[in-house]
Amino acid sequence: MEGLEEQIAEWRAYVANAPAVNGHDVDELEDHLRNQIADLTAAGLTPDEGFLIAVKRVGDLDTLSREFAREHSGRLWKQLLRADDEPARSASGWLEAFAFGAAAAVAIQVARLAAGFPDDEPTWFARNLGLFVLPFLAAYFAHRRGLDVGAWLVTAVPFVVAAVVVNVYPWGDDSDTEVIAALALPVALWFVIAYPYMGGSLRSHERRMDFVRFTGEWFIYYVLIALGGGVLMGLTAGIFEPAGVDVDRVAEWVLPSGAAGAVVVAAWLVESKQRVVENMAPVLTMLFTPLFAVMLACAAVVYAVTGLGGAFDRDLLSVLDALLVVVLGLVLYGMSAREPSASPQWMDRIQLVAVLGALVLDLMVLGAMIARIGDLGFTPNRTAALGLNLVLLVNLAGAAWLSARFLAGRSGFHRLERWQTSYLPVFALWAAALIVVLPPLFGFD
Amino acid sequence: MHIDKDLVAASATPLVLAILADAESYGYAILKRVRALSGGELEWTDGMLYPLLHRLQRLGYVTTEWRTPPEGRRRKYYALTDDGRAALAEQQQQWLAVTRALNDVWPGSGGLLTALGEA
Repeated sequence: MEGLEEQIAEWRAYVANAPAVNGHDVDELEDHLRNQIADLTAAGLTPDEGFLIAVKRVGDLDTLSREFAREHSGRLWKQLLRADDEPARSASGWLEAFAFGAAAAVAIQVARLAAGFPDDEPTWFARNLGLFVLPFLAAYFAHRRGLDVGAWLVTAVPFVVAAVVVNVYPWGDDSDTEVIAALALPVALWFVIAYPYMGGSLRSHERRMDFVRFTGEWFIYYVLIALGGGVLMGLTAGIFEPAGVDVDRVAEWVLPSGAAGAVVVAAWLVESKQRVVENMAPVLTMLFTPLFAVMLACAAVVYAVTGLGGAFDRDLLSVLDALLVVVLGLVLYGMSAREPSASPQWMDRIQLVAVLGALVLDLMVLGAMIARIGDLGFTPNRTAALGLNLVLLVNLAGAAWLSARFLAGRSGFHRLERWQTSYLPVFALWAAALIVVLPPLFGFD
Repeated sequence: MHIDKDLVAASATPLVLAILADAESYGYAILKRVRALSGGELEWTDGMLYPLLHRLQRLGYVTTEWRTPPEGRRRKYYALTDDGRAALAEQQQQWLAVTRALNDVWPGSGGLLTALGEA
């Protein structure tokens, strides 16, 4: 019997190594194996023979891993295996990342030279900024996922439409709607990138969640690269200036290209380190959620007690919108790293406190805002801020409701995930509306 | 007899839900019951069964509990929820529609629906 125990222990270690199989699963499979062996030995086989047949019946380990991976795709984010329907990609793929990054860098230099930036500052340059860089990111993913011609065309269409809309609209001078459209353009195009990222289909909720994870990690990597780039430029300026080199001219060339190229490079980094390193966004989330919960609870109490009155102005609404976006980020990234089948934990409760605090604050400010609009009327800025506020409010309210149900044990965690992934198109549509619908509504003012 | 893997996959969910509707059970027992019900024709692997059970749990159709039975090691028991019962009823409707169609188009299999108690 000692031989059998050793063999089972070896088999267990082998199975535990498979990606997407966690500790409990291994226990379950081992129990299954032992039951099978017991049945076979009872039927007259020797323990060794029983072991061999039982292992055979468990099934080939690669298929087992793949089936587990398909079910628990969230666990894959830190591990190696890719799903069955995607061809195995070469480990680094840095060459294609470099090629697309270089293309983006070149494109933005060409545009900059045509615009004569920073000497002149034509508005068309700022307005089209997203269009000089993001198509290359979309192309990078389309190439990496091996999309067919039809999918490439579908990816290209929104970019073309955006280019047409943004440049054909008769913008007024100094127009607010132009600024809003320029800010909303990268956001809208980012959602368009989801299509090639998800491999040419927008349906799968698991892949939408993957895109959310990608966005968080990409942002963190981009910030890191930007900081590193800043240090590099600072030191370069320090070294070359005494030598009489015109550092400003160098910066004019290097900074835009660096910023554009880094967009693709950061994406490549997320893809390649996805296999090796724990995600950073959820770690940061775990750190900051309790702090934000405390801050929001206090702010809600303070404003409830003192009333909004004099404190309310346009800046407060902007700050509040930024706060809501951050809270949404905390909710999303806390969710993205969570084991979906785990029962409610203290972190979930803290998150609910943060969301409720944000909601209470938001409702108070919203009330004041509506009164102000009633007095002073609609402007493009106010409408955009108000719309964003409402979009975030509905999302967080739904999230709070489902979270409360989950903590009370009345519904499963997957409903919360579904709510967030189903809501993503709303953000995309809102950004698109800011570009396409808002300007005509306010007469391009 | 070789059974098409699509057919095996499609029948897996209703089988498991129906087995759990009788009484709660654990993975290996479900497997043995399936083998018995199909007269040995359906031989599921672990790679098929356990991800399916996990998926049913994630969707809220079954709940799980680790328990130690009197004679052995700790094991994970699965029990059907009300959502699961509703899902089972829906699966039955779907299979009924399919078998009715097959019954109409295959000659000499009038016994199919009689056996299902529908005639």
